[in-house]
Amino acid sequence: MSRDVRATIVRCLQEIAPEGNPSALAPNADLREGLDLDSMDFLRFVQALHRELGVTIPEREYRTIATLDGCVRTCERLAG
Amino acid sequence: MPSLGSDMEAGTLVAWRRAPGDPIARGDVYAEVETDKGVLEIEAYEAGVLEAQLVPIGTKVAVGAPIALLRKEGEPSGTPAVRAPGPSVAAAEAPTPSVPAPPMPPSAAHPPNGRRATPRAKRRAAELGVPLEGLTGTGPDGTIVEEDVERASRRPSDEARARMRRAIAAAMERSNREIPHYWVGTTIDLAGASAWLAARNARLPVAERTVMGALFVHATARALRLTPGLNGSWSEGRTLQAGGIHIGLAIALRGGGLMTAAIRDADELDVAATMRALDDVVGRARSGHLRASELSAPTITLTSLGERGVERLMPRIAPGHVAAVGFGRIVERPWASDGAVVVRPLVEVTLAGDHRASDGHEGAAFLGALASAIRPEEEP
Repeated sequence: MSRDVRATIVRCLQEIAPEGNPSALAPNADLREGLDLDSMDFLRFVQALHRELGVTIPEREYRTIATLDGCVRTCERLAG
Repeated sequence: MPSLGSDMEAGTLVAWRRAPGDPIARGDVYAEVETDKGVLEIEAYEAGVLEAQLVPIGTKVAVGAPIALLRKEGEPSGTPAVRAPGPSVAAAEAPTPSVPAPPMPPSAAHPPNGRRATPRAKRRAAELGVPLEGLTGTGPDGTIVEEDVERASRRPSDEARARMRRAIAAAMERSNREIPHYWVGTTIDLAGASAWLAARNARLPVAERTVMGALFVHATARALRLTPGLNGSWSEGRTLQAGGIHIGLAIALRGGGLMTAAIRDADELDVAATMRALDDVVGRARSGHLRASELSAPTITLTSLGERGVERLMPRIAPGHVAAVGFGRIVERPWASDGAVVVRPLVEVTLAGDHRASDGHEGAAFLGALASAIRPEEEP
Protein backbone atom coordinates (compact mmCIF):
# COMPACT_ATOMS: atom_id res chain seq x y z
CA MET A 1 0.00 0.00 0.00
CA SER A 2 2.81 2.34 0.96
CA ARG A 3 4.19 2.36 -2.58
CA ASP A 4 0.82 3.24 -4.09
CA VAL A 5 0.30 6.05 -1.61
CA ARG A 6 3.75 7.45 -2.31
CA ALA A 7 3.22 7.26 -6.07
CA THR A 8 -0.13 9.04 -5.73
CA ILE A 9 1.40 11.77 -3.57
CA VAL A 10 4.18 12.30 -6.13
CA ARG A 11 1.60 12.51 -8.91
CA CYS A 12 -0.40 15.13 -6.97
CA LEU A 13 2.77 17.20 -6.45
CA GLN A 14 3.68 16.87 -10.11
CA GLU A 15 0.33 18.33 -11.11
CA ILE A 16 0.71 21.30 -8.79
CA ALA A 17 4.35 22.04 -9.60
CA PRO A 18 4.85 20.76 -13.16
CA GLU A 19 8.31 22.34 -13.38
CA GLY A 20 9.54 20.60 -10.25
CA ASN A 21 10.62 17.00 -9.98
CA PRO A 22 9.07 15.63 -6.78
CA SER A 23 10.28 12.08 -7.36
CA ALA A 24 13.87 13.38 -7.24
CA LEU A 25 13.36 15.05 -3.84
CA ALA A 26 14.91 13.45 -0.77
CA PRO A 27 12.18 11.69 1.26
CA ASN A 28 12.82 14.00 4.21
CA ALA A 29 13.29 17.24 2.24
CA ASP A 30 10.83 20.08 2.83
CA LEU A 31 8.25 19.98 0.03
CA ARG A 32 7.42 23.69 0.15
CA GLU A 33 11.06 24.67 -0.22
CA GLY A 34 12.05 21.92 -2.62
CA LEU A 35 9.18 22.57 -5.01
CA ASP A 36 8.71 26.29 -4.31
CA LEU A 37 5.10 25.85 -3.13
CA ASP A 38 3.23 28.83 -1.72
CA SER A 39 0.26 28.51 0.64
CA MET A 40 -2.16 28.36 -2.29
CA ASP A 41 -0.16 25.53 -3.89
CA PHE A 42 -0.03 23.73 -0.56
CA LEU A 43 -3.78 23.99 -0.14
CA ARG A 44 -4.19 22.57 -3.65
CA PHE A 45 -1.92 19.71 -2.62
CA VAL A 46 -4.10 18.98 0.44
CA GLN A 47 -7.19 19.13 -1.78
CA ALA A 48 -5.60 16.73 -4.27
CA LEU A 49 -4.77 14.26 -1.47
CA HIS A 50 -8.40 14.47 -0.36
CA ARG A 51 -9.59 13.74 -3.87
CA GLU A 52 -7.11 11.00 -4.74
CA LEU A 53 -6.71 9.22 -1.40
CA GLY A 54 -9.88 10.21 0.42
CA VAL A 55 -7.94 11.63 3.38
CA THR A 56 -8.94 14.86 5.11
CA ILE A 57 -5.86 16.47 6.58
CA PRO A 58 -6.76 19.04 9.24
CA GLU A 59 -4.79 22.29 9.19
CA ARG A 60 -3.13 21.49 12.52
CA GLU A 61 -1.62 18.38 10.85
CA TYR A 62 -0.02 20.37 7.99
CA ARG A 63 3.39 20.23 9.66
CA THR A 64 3.27 16.41 9.54
CA ILE A 65 2.99 16.41 5.73
CA ALA A 66 5.86 18.82 5.13
CA THR A 67 8.05 16.01 3.73
CA LEU A 68 7.32 13.11 1.41
CA ASP A 69 7.95 10.51 4.14
CA GLY A 70 5.82 12.42 6.64
CA CYS A 71 3.06 12.80 4.10
CA VAL A 72 3.01 9.05 3.37
CA ARG A 73 2.81 8.29 7.12
CA THR A 74 0.03 10.81 7.78
CA CYS A 75 -2.02 9.71 4.77
CA GLU A 76 -1.76 6.06 5.79
CA ARG A 77 -2.70 6.86 9.38
CA LEU A 78 -5.71 8.96 8.37
CA ALA A 79 -6.82 6.46 5.72
CA GLY A 80 -6.47 3.50 8.08
CA MET B 1 -6.88 42.32 -31.96
CA PRO B 2 -7.83 43.97 -28.69
CA SER B 3 -5.40 46.27 -26.89
CA LEU B 4 -4.30 44.51 -23.74
CA GLY B 5 -2.29 47.39 -22.37
CA SER B 6 -1.47 50.94 -23.39
CA ASP B 7 1.96 49.95 -24.69
CA MET B 8 0.80 46.99 -26.75
CA GLU B 9 1.16 47.31 -30.53
CA ALA B 10 0.51 43.76 -31.69
CA GLY B 11 -0.24 40.26 -30.51
CA THR B 12 0.37 36.81 -31.96
CA LEU B 13 -2.55 34.48 -32.45
CA VAL B 14 -1.51 31.18 -30.86
CA ALA B 15 -4.71 29.13 -30.75
CA TRP B 16 -8.31 29.07 -31.88
CA ARG B 17 -10.72 27.83 -29.23
CA ARG B 18 -13.80 28.01 -31.45
CA ALA B 19 -14.20 26.74 -34.97
CA PRO B 20 -16.16 28.47 -37.77
CA GLY B 21 -19.87 27.82 -37.25
CA ASP B 22 -19.55 27.48 -33.46
CA PRO B 23 -22.06 29.43 -31.38
CA ILE B 24 -20.46 31.92 -28.98
CA ALA B 25 -21.98 33.42 -25.84
CA ARG B 26 -20.89 36.78 -24.46
CA GLY B 27 -17.76 36.17 -22.40
CA ASP B 28 -16.82 32.95 -24.18
CA VAL B 29 -13.16 32.52 -24.93
CA TYR B 30 -12.68 32.01 -28.66
CA ALA B 31 -8.95 32.54 -29.19
CA GLU B 32 -5.61 32.78 -27.41
CA VAL B 33 -3.14 35.55 -28.09
CA GLU B 34 0.45 35.87 -26.98
CA THR B 35 1.65 39.29 -25.84
CA ASP B 36 4.45 40.66 -23.69
CA LYS B 37 2.34 39.64 -20.73
CA GLY B 38 2.10 36.02 -21.71
CA VAL B 39 -0.66 34.05 -23.40
CA LEU B 40 -4.11 35.56 -22.87
CA GLU B 41 -7.58 34.34 -23.59
CA ILE B 42 -9.70 36.57 -25.80
CA GLU B 43 -13.38 36.78 -24.89
CA ALA B 44 -16.32 37.67 -27.10
CA TYR B 45 -18.05 40.93 -26.18
CA GLU B 46 -21.22 39.93 -28.00
CA ALA B 47 -23.10 36.70 -28.53
CA GLY B 48 -23.29 35.17 -31.98
CA VAL B 49 -21.73 32.64 -34.27
CA LEU B 50 -18.08 32.54 -35.27
CA GLU B 51 -18.42 33.12 -38.99
CA ALA B 52 -14.78 32.96 -39.99
CA GLN B 53 -11.26 32.89 -38.64
CA LEU B 54 -9.39 35.62 -40.50
CA VAL B 55 -5.79 34.84 -39.56
CA PRO B 56 -3.88 31.58 -39.24
CA ILE B 57 -2.21 30.47 -36.02
CA GLY B 58 1.20 32.03 -35.57
CA THR B 59 0.25 35.34 -37.19
CA LYS B 60 1.30 38.58 -35.55
CA VAL B 61 -1.61 41.01 -35.76
CA ALA B 62 -1.60 44.75 -35.08
CA VAL B 63 -3.91 46.11 -32.39
CA GLY B 64 -7.26 47.05 -33.93
CA ALA B 65 -6.99 44.73 -36.91
CA PRO B 66 -9.70 42.07 -37.21
CA ILE B 67 -8.90 38.46 -36.36
CA ALA B 68 -12.32 36.87 -36.75
CA LEU B 69 -15.81 37.50 -38.07
CA LEU B 70 -18.64 37.19 -35.58
CA ARG B 71 -22.23 37.04 -36.80
CA LYS B 72 -24.46 38.59 -34.16
CA GLU B 73 -27.25 36.61 -32.57
CA GLY B 74 -30.48 36.75 -34.58
CA GLU B 75 -28.83 37.96 -37.75
CA PRO B 76 -29.35 35.72 -40.74
CA SER B 77 -26.30 34.25 -42.35
CA GLY B 78 -25.04 36.45 -45.12
CA THR B 79 -25.56 39.80 -43.40
CA PRO B 80 -22.37 41.71 -42.77
CA ALA B 81 -20.78 40.22 -39.72
CA VAL B 82 -19.20 42.02 -36.83
CA ARG B 83 -15.46 41.97 -36.88
CA ALA B 84 -14.40 40.51 -33.61
CA PRO B 85 -13.25 41.64 -31.17
CA GLY B 86 -15.60 44.52 -30.69
CA PRO B 87 -17.60 46.28 -33.34
CA SER B 88 -15.91 49.65 -32.89
CA VAL B 89 -15.36 51.74 -35.98
CA ALA B 90 -11.74 52.23 -35.07
CA ALA B 91 -11.20 48.51 -35.05
CA ALA B 92 -12.99 47.94 -38.30
CA GLU B 93 -11.18 50.71 -40.12
CA ALA B 94 -7.75 50.07 -38.79
CA PRO B 95 -5.19 49.81 -41.52
CA THR B 96 -4.55 46.29 -42.65
CA PRO B 97 -1.52 45.08 -40.77
CA SER B 98 1.36 43.59 -42.60
CA VAL B 99 0.73 39.97 -41.95
CA PRO B 100 3.85 37.89 -42.20
CA ALA B 101 3.44 34.31 -43.28
CA PRO B 102 2.86 32.18 -40.23
CA PRO B 103 6.00 30.39 -39.18
CA MET B 104 5.54 26.73 -39.90
CA PRO B 105 6.46 24.67 -36.89
CA PRO B 106 9.48 22.70 -38.04
CA SER B 107 8.49 19.09 -38.58
CA ALA B 108 6.02 19.37 -35.77
CA ALA B 109 4.20 16.23 -36.73
CA HIS B 110 7.28 14.10 -37.07
CA PRO B 111 8.86 13.14 -33.78
CA PRO B 112 12.61 12.78 -34.00
CA ASN B 113 14.57 9.62 -33.44
CA GLY B 114 11.53 7.41 -33.30
CA ARG B 115 10.09 9.15 -30.23
CA ARG B 116 6.49 8.17 -30.28
CA ALA B 117 3.54 10.48 -30.02
CA THR B 118 -0.15 9.67 -30.13
CA PRO B 119 -2.09 10.86 -33.19
CA ARG B 120 -4.02 13.29 -30.98
CA ALA B 121 -0.75 14.66 -29.63
CA LYS B 122 0.60 15.11 -33.15
CA ARG B 123 -2.52 16.90 -34.28
CA ARG B 124 -2.54 19.17 -31.24
CA ALA B 125 1.18 19.91 -31.70
CA ALA B 126 0.54 20.98 -35.27
CA GLU B 127 -2.40 23.15 -34.21
CA LEU B 128 -0.46 24.84 -31.44
CA GLY B 129 2.83 25.05 -33.30
CA VAL B 130 4.67 23.13 -30.61
CA PRO B 131 7.69 21.17 -31.88
CA LEU B 132 7.64 17.61 -30.55
CA GLU B 133 11.43 17.70 -30.26
CA GLY B 134 12.50 18.10 -26.69
CA LEU B 135 9.14 17.17 -25.22
CA THR B 136 9.04 14.66 -22.40
CA GLY B 137 6.34 12.05 -22.87
CA THR B 138 4.34 10.95 -19.85
CA GLY B 139 2.39 8.22 -21.67
CA PRO B 140 3.33 4.53 -21.64
CA ASP B 141 7.03 4.02 -22.53
CA GLY B 142 7.51 7.77 -22.74
CA THR B 143 4.97 8.27 -25.51
CA ILE B 144 4.08 11.91 -25.98
CA VAL B 145 0.39 12.41 -25.22
CA GLU B 146 -1.89 15.37 -25.90
CA GLU B 147 -1.48 16.66 -22.37
CA ASP B 148 2.31 16.90 -22.78
CA VAL B 149 1.81 19.09 -25.83
CA GLU B 150 -0.73 21.27 -24.00
CA ARG B 151 1.65 21.69 -21.09
CA ALA B 152 4.55 22.62 -23.36
CA SER B 153 2.44 25.21 -25.14
CA ARG B 154 1.81 26.94 -21.79
CA ARG B 155 5.45 27.15 -20.85
CA PRO B 156 6.82 30.53 -21.84
CA SER B 157 9.52 30.32 -24.45
CA ASP B 158 12.84 32.09 -23.88
CA GLU B 159 11.67 34.72 -26.30
CA ALA B 160 8.36 35.19 -24.45
CA ARG B 161 10.24 35.48 -21.19
CA ALA B 162 12.57 38.09 -22.62
CA ARG B 163 9.58 40.06 -23.89
CA MET B 164 7.89 39.86 -20.49
CA ARG B 165 11.11 41.12 -18.88
CA ARG B 166 11.20 44.06 -21.29
CA ALA B 167 7.56 44.88 -20.53
CA ILE B 168 8.27 44.90 -16.79
CA ALA B 169 11.36 47.03 -17.42
CA ALA B 170 9.38 49.59 -19.43
CA ALA B 171 6.65 49.84 -16.77
CA MET B 172 9.15 50.19 -13.92
CA GLU B 173 11.23 52.80 -15.76
CA ARG B 174 8.09 54.83 -16.28
CA SER B 175 7.04 54.36 -12.67
CA ASN B 176 10.43 55.53 -11.47
CA ARG B 177 10.52 58.47 -13.87
CA GLU B 178 6.98 59.77 -13.44
CA ILE B 179 5.63 58.78 -10.04
CA PRO B 180 6.99 60.52 -6.92
CA HIS B 181 6.54 57.75 -4.34
CA TYR B 182 6.12 57.87 -0.60
CA TRP B 183 5.94 54.77 1.57
CA VAL B 184 4.27 54.16 4.93
CA GLY B 185 4.30 50.86 6.74
CA THR B 186 3.05 49.19 9.87
CA THR B 187 3.01 45.84 11.67
CA ILE B 188 -0.39 44.18 11.98
CA ASP B 189 -1.26 41.58 14.63
CA LEU B 190 -2.88 38.63 12.84
CA ALA B 191 -3.98 36.72 15.97
CA GLY B 192 -7.66 37.52 15.42
CA ALA B 193 -7.52 36.81 11.69
CA SER B 194 -5.60 33.53 12.23
CA ALA B 195 -8.10 32.30 14.82
CA TRP B 196 -10.95 33.25 12.48
CA LEU B 197 -9.31 31.30 9.62
CA ALA B 198 -8.58 28.26 11.80
CA ALA B 199 -12.19 28.12 12.99
CA ARG B 200 -13.45 28.45 9.43
CA ASN B 201 -11.10 25.85 7.96
CA ALA B 202 -11.91 23.35 10.72
CA ARG B 203 -15.59 23.69 9.82
CA LEU B 204 -15.50 23.77 6.01
CA PRO B 205 -14.80 20.88 3.63
CA VAL B 206 -11.26 20.68 2.25
CA ALA B 207 -12.35 22.10 -1.09
CA GLU B 208 -13.51 25.36 0.53
CA ARG B 209 -10.58 26.02 2.85
CA THR B 210 -9.27 29.56 2.79
CA VAL B 211 -5.72 30.95 2.86
CA MET B 212 -4.59 34.13 4.62
CA GLY B 213 -3.94 35.74 1.23
CA ALA B 214 -7.69 35.86 0.65
CA LEU B 215 -8.12 37.83 3.90
CA PHE B 216 -5.40 40.25 2.71
CA VAL B 217 -7.33 40.89 -0.51
CA HIS B 218 -10.65 41.09 1.36
CA ALA B 219 -9.31 43.62 3.91
CA THR B 220 -7.45 45.69 1.29
CA ALA B 221 -10.68 46.13 -0.67
CA ARG B 222 -12.59 47.24 2.41
CA ALA B 223 -9.86 49.68 3.47
CA LEU B 224 -9.86 51.19 -0.05
CA ARG B 225 -13.55 51.95 0.29
CA LEU B 226 -12.64 54.26 3.17
CA THR B 227 -9.67 55.81 1.31
CA PRO B 228 -10.93 56.11 -2.28
CA GLY B 229 -8.18 58.62 -3.12
CA LEU B 230 -5.76 55.67 -3.31
CA ASN B 231 -7.85 53.80 -5.86
CA GLY B 232 -7.56 55.51 -9.20
CA SER B 233 -5.13 57.22 -11.55
CA TRP B 234 -3.34 60.56 -11.80
CA SER B 235 -4.25 62.51 -14.89
CA GLU B 236 -3.76 66.15 -15.87
CA GLY B 237 -3.17 67.41 -12.39
CA ARG B 238 -5.82 65.53 -10.48
CA THR B 239 -6.82 62.09 -9.23
CA LEU B 240 -9.45 60.26 -11.23
CA GLN B 241 -11.15 57.91 -8.81
CA ALA B 242 -11.78 54.49 -10.30
CA GLY B 243 -15.36 53.29 -10.72
CA GLY B 244 -14.73 50.02 -8.91
CA ILE B 245 -12.16 48.42 -6.65
CA HIS B 246 -10.29 45.97 -8.87
CA ILE B 247 -7.31 44.56 -7.04
CA GLY B 248 -4.40 43.56 -9.25
CA LEU B 249 -2.44 40.67 -7.82
CA ALA B 250 1.23 40.52 -8.66
CA ILE B 251 1.61 36.81 -9.38
CA ALA B 252 5.04 35.27 -9.65
CA LEU B 253 5.08 32.73 -12.46
CA ARG B 254 6.81 29.42 -12.11
CA GLY B 255 9.90 29.57 -14.27
CA GLY B 256 10.23 33.34 -13.85
CA GLY B 257 8.35 36.47 -14.69
CA LEU B 258 5.55 38.37 -13.11
CA MET B 259 1.98 38.94 -14.11
CA THR B 260 -0.71 41.17 -12.68
CA ALA B 261 -4.27 39.86 -12.81
CA ALA B 262 -7.30 41.56 -11.34
CA ILE B 263 -9.96 40.48 -8.90
CA ARG B 264 -12.80 42.72 -9.99
CA ASP B 265 -15.10 44.54 -7.55
CA ALA B 266 -13.20 42.93 -4.69
CA ASP B 267 -15.03 45.06 -2.10
CA GLU B 268 -18.30 43.38 -3.02
CA LEU B 269 -17.01 39.84 -2.44
CA ASP B 270 -17.37 37.98 0.84
CA VAL B 271 -14.49 35.80 2.02
CA ALA B 272 -15.71 32.69 0.20
CA ALA B 273 -16.07 34.56 -3.10
CA THR B 274 -12.70 36.27 -2.59
CA MET B 275 -11.04 32.90 -2.06
CA ARG B 276 -12.69 31.46 -5.15
CA ALA B 277 -11.57 34.44 -7.23
CA LEU B 278 -8.04 34.22 -5.87
CA ASP B 279 -7.77 30.50 -6.51
CA ASP B 280 -9.17 30.95 -9.99
CA VAL B 281 -6.99 33.84 -11.05
CA VAL B 282 -3.71 32.48 -9.62
CA GLY B 283 -4.34 29.06 -11.15
CA ARG B 284 -5.10 30.51 -14.55
CA ALA B 285 -2.22 32.99 -14.46
CA ARG B 286 0.19 30.12 -13.86
CA SER B 287 -1.29 27.89 -16.53
CA GLY B 288 -1.50 30.70 -19.08
CA HIS B 289 -5.29 30.94 -19.21
CA LEU B 290 -5.86 34.54 -18.17
CA ARG B 291 -8.60 36.50 -19.87
CA ALA B 292 -7.69 39.75 -21.53
CA SER B 293 -10.22 41.69 -19.44
CA GLU B 294 -8.53 40.59 -16.23
CA LEU B 295 -5.24 42.14 -17.27
CA SER B 296 -6.42 45.59 -18.20
CA ALA B 297 -8.75 46.00 -15.24
CA PRO B 298 -6.78 46.55 -12.02
CA THR B 299 -7.00 49.87 -10.16
CA ILE B 300 -4.31 49.10 -7.54
CA THR B 301 -1.63 46.42 -7.14
CA LEU B 302 -1.20 44.03 -4.23
CA THR B 303 2.13 42.25 -3.82
CA SER B 304 2.67 39.49 -1.31
CA LEU B 305 6.27 38.35 -1.24
CA GLY B 306 5.81 36.78 2.16
CA GLU B 307 5.73 33.32 0.71
CA ARG B 308 9.24 33.88 -0.57
CA GLY B 309 10.52 34.65 2.89
CA VAL B 310 10.58 38.44 2.66
CA GLU B 311 9.43 40.21 5.81
CA ARG B 312 9.21 43.72 4.42
CA LEU B 313 8.90 45.14 0.93
CA MET B 314 8.60 48.57 -0.61
CA PRO B 315 6.27 48.14 -3.58
CA ARG B 316 6.43 50.29 -6.72
CA ILE B 317 3.30 51.84 -8.13
CA ALA B 318 2.33 50.62 -11.59
CA PRO B 319 1.91 53.41 -14.18
CA GLY B 320 -1.77 54.31 -14.28
CA HIS B 321 -2.29 53.70 -10.54
CA VAL B 322 -1.79 55.98 -7.53
CA ALA B 323 -0.97 53.35 -4.89
CA ALA B 324 0.35 49.84 -4.28
CA VAL B 325 0.22 47.58 -1.24
CA GLY B 326 2.86 45.08 -0.13
CA PHE B 327 2.47 42.28 2.40
CA GLY B 328 5.53 40.61 3.96
CA ARG B 329 5.90 37.19 5.48
CA ILE B 330 3.80 36.16 8.45
CA VAL B 331 6.18 35.71 11.38
CA GLU B 332 5.65 34.74 15.01
CA ARG B 333 7.27 37.33 17.25
CA PRO B 334 7.02 38.65 20.81
CA TRP B 335 4.29 41.29 21.02
CA ALA B 336 3.12 43.44 23.91
CA SER B 337 -0.56 43.05 24.65
CA ASP B 338 -2.39 44.24 27.78
CA GLY B 339 0.89 44.78 29.60
CA ALA B 340 2.21 41.29 28.89
CA VAL B 341 4.59 39.97 26.25
CA VAL B 342 2.95 37.29 24.14
CA VAL B 343 3.85 35.46 20.93
CA ARG B 344 1.71 36.59 18.01
CA PRO B 345 1.59 36.04 14.23
CA LEU B 346 2.52 39.40 12.68
CA VAL B 347 2.74 40.83 9.20
CA GLU B 348 4.37 44.00 7.92
CA VAL B 349 2.24 45.91 5.43
CA THR B 350 3.60 48.77 3.33
CA LEU B 351 1.61 51.22 1.27
CA ALA B 352 3.25 53.09 -1.60
CA GLY B 353 1.41 56.26 -2.56
CA ASP B 354 1.78 58.67 -5.47
CA HIS B 355 2.70 61.86 -3.63
CA ARG B 356 1.03 63.99 -6.31
CA ALA B 357 -2.30 62.31 -5.57
CA SER B 358 -2.17 61.77 -1.81
CA ASP B 359 -0.08 62.36 1.30
CA GLY B 360 1.25 60.03 3.96
CA HIS B 361 -1.80 60.93 6.04
CA GLU B 362 -4.13 59.11 3.65
CA GLY B 363 -1.71 56.21 3.40
CA ALA B 364 -1.72 55.94 7.19
CA ALA B 365 -5.53 56.03 7.23
CA PHE B 366 -5.54 53.15 4.75
CA LEU B 367 -3.23 51.05 6.95
CA GLY B 368 -5.38 51.77 10.01
CA ALA B 369 -8.51 50.68 8.15
CA LEU B 370 -6.70 47.59 6.89
CA ALA B 371 -5.67 46.56 10.41
CA SER B 372 -9.31 46.87 11.55
CA ALA B 373 -10.65 44.91 8.56
CA ILE B 374 -8.14 42.07 8.59
CA ARG B 375 -10.37 39.93 10.77
CA PRO B 376 -13.55 39.66 8.69
CA GLU B 377 -16.81 40.81 10.24
CA GLU B 378 -18.78 37.88 8.86
CA GLU B 379 -19.03 34.64 10.84
CA PRO B 380 -16.14 32.22 10.26
